Amino acid sequence: MSQYLEFEKSLAEIEGKAEELRSLARKNEEMDVEDEAQALDKKAADLLVDLYANLTPWRKCQVARHPARPHSSDYIGKLFTEYTPLAGDRNFADDHAVMGGLARFDGQPVVVIGHEKGHDTKSRIERNFGMARPEGYRKAIRLLDLADRFGLPVITLVDTPGAYPGKGAEERGQSEAIARTTEKSLQIRVPVVSIVIGEGGSGGAVAFATADRVAMLEHSIYSVISPEGCASILWKDSEKMREAAEALRLTAQDLEKLGVIDLIIPEPVGGAHRNEDAAVEAVREAIAKMLGKLSKTAPDKLVEQRRKKFLGMGAKGLAA
Amino acid sequence: MNWISNYVRPKINSLFSRREVPENLWTKCPECGTMLFHRELKDNLYVCPSCEHHMAISPRERFHEIFDGGIFTPVSVPDPIADPLQFRDQKRYPDRLKAAQKSTGETEAMLVAEGEMGRTPIVAAAQDFSFMGGSMSMYVGNAIIAAATRAVELKRPLILFSAAGGARMQEGILALMQMPRTTVALQMLKEAGLPYIVVLTHPTTGGVTASYAMLGDIHIAEPNALICFAGPRVIEQTIGEKLPDGFQRAEYLLDHGMLDRVTDRRKMRDELIAITRMLLGATPPVAGDLPAPAAEPDSDEKAAEKSAAKPEAKPGTGDKKDAPKAKSDPAKK
Repeated sequence: MSQYLEFEKSLAEIEGKAEELRSLARKNEEMDVEDEAQALDKKAADLLVDLYANLTPWRKCQVARHPARPHSSDYIGKLFTEYTPLAGDRNFADDHAVMGGLARFDGQPVVVIGHEKGHDTKSRIERNFGMARPEGYRKAIRLLDLADRFGLPVITLVDTPGAYPGKGAEERGQSEAIARTTEKSLQIRVPVVSIVIGEGGSGGAVAFATADRVAMLEHSIYSVISPEGCASILWKDSEKMREAAEALRLTAQDLEKLGVIDLIIPEPVGGAHRNEDAAVEAVREAIAKMLGKLSKTAPDKLVEQRRKKFLGMGAKGLAA
Repeated sequence: MNWISNYVRPKINSLFSRREVPENLWTKCPECGTMLFHRELKDNLYVCPSCEHHMAISPRERFHEIFDGGIFTPVSVPDPIADPLQFRDQKRYPDRLKAAQKSTGETEAMLVAEGEMGRTPIVAAAQDFSFMGGSMSMYVGNAIIAAATRAVELKRPLILFSAAGGARMQEGILALMQMPRTTVALQMLKEAGLPYIVVLTHPTTGGVTASYAMLGDIHIAEPNALICFAGPRVIEQTIGEKLPDGFQRAEYLLDHGMLDRVTDRRKMRDELIAITRMLLGATPPVAGDLPAPAAEPDSDEKAAEKSAAKPEAKPGTGDKKDAPKAKSDPAKK
């Protein structure tokens, strides 16, 4: 593990020491450091459990945005077979911040749509850091329509800092594209399940998370505004993001209490980026569970229930 | 309720509470700097007579203008749970809310009413930018749901005047959830075959634009209104370049195909009447053929509006001269 977060400093030190000991031992065969190194390993493992057992909201934001955190492409690659990407909004362009297409989940054909942030500088630029433009949302609308026409369940993966705030995006109707995606999601007569895998940033996220069931990974976040943005507006100081993260109730745990999400998907110890395969399996299980129930529901009933769910949302506060 | 809340209460209020003396009789137009007398400004619907700059107009004054004879019945909006997140920044959210209620005299950032406009029964909703930036809260969501439900019930079109800085941060994710929530409400309206007309006023931004403000059958904006998803400052910071003149203003959006029309506020009512009547398949609006009330030759529109209220059998229309005047007082409750 090369990229430690700021609050993992002490962990980095211990793991660094263990690594150092072992490399010394490799050079010098007479040295026997294994006991000591194992003690350090144990210490590090305990510390990791401790650190992640009670992450503050701001730390969750950091984990949710961790550069090595598995992204949509990682999940899509491992969760599905026969993934066939489909491109373009048929109007202007193909937005690489949104990936989507046909695939099979456990043999069943589905439509999958997700924000993709990219994993290195080159792909991050190509993916526009997961910030979709109107074309991305319009591509999603196309795919939702396709799913509707052929009766395929939809799985969406949410991972975006927000919709792209750019000149062209505004000119081509960013808001309309988002509004229409939300609208389409509420109309289609097939099951829609959504999983917030990292960052659920504001309107850009809600367009993909208007679903029959919404799940969140344990350390992901979903918020009306980024803590930094909120801090600079309400506290007039963007350094107050810790306070803002606290106040916004953006963690999966708070959102479940508020009734905004249906399910929390447990992450491996130390976050999804420490054990990608375990995270993928947990997500697979969650999708199977959510889809299983929905696929037995009649199409009309699905739409009705989905609408009812959103109409009734917010009836209970955090205190309830 | 109509008669009591719209007529009797304001009347009693105006008799017993201190008379509203505008603190500042003169307003300086923020665009051209012309000093405008408050009455002149009000008569001109808060449009600067010299530069045509459209200033903010409160939902109540807006309704007073668009409904026949200034008569409307508020549609009640269910109260949402208060302070759902127990949000606190430098101030507590309930305190901010109270301050906004005190300064505007309104309960929340949206007002819903039913009535007739050019003798066309409608339901209208108007967002109040002066109330916490018009921000989309659970109450605003409830208001839109109430408006759509009422419109479906009465089989009437819904006209919505938007003005907001976006979602209300103090309600966090629940404010964001008003995007799908209000979308559901509008779908009910559309499925009932009823028109939904959005009038986008300055400013309409963020989650509001990205939901109910951009889902209209018809989009009309007021001149020079800022309409966007991300504000110009955010974009300048992100892309690091200066934006063109008039970027994200109503006329710019019209050019880019996001709006049907940009219409002067003083012509808005006539236009809304014409459009809704056509969409409803009704006869053309009656403008000038009704007996005009005593000496008010200023405009045909006004004459039609006043006389239009006449045939109504509704209570509260008895004294047409006073009713609107009394209602335009900020609601004192």
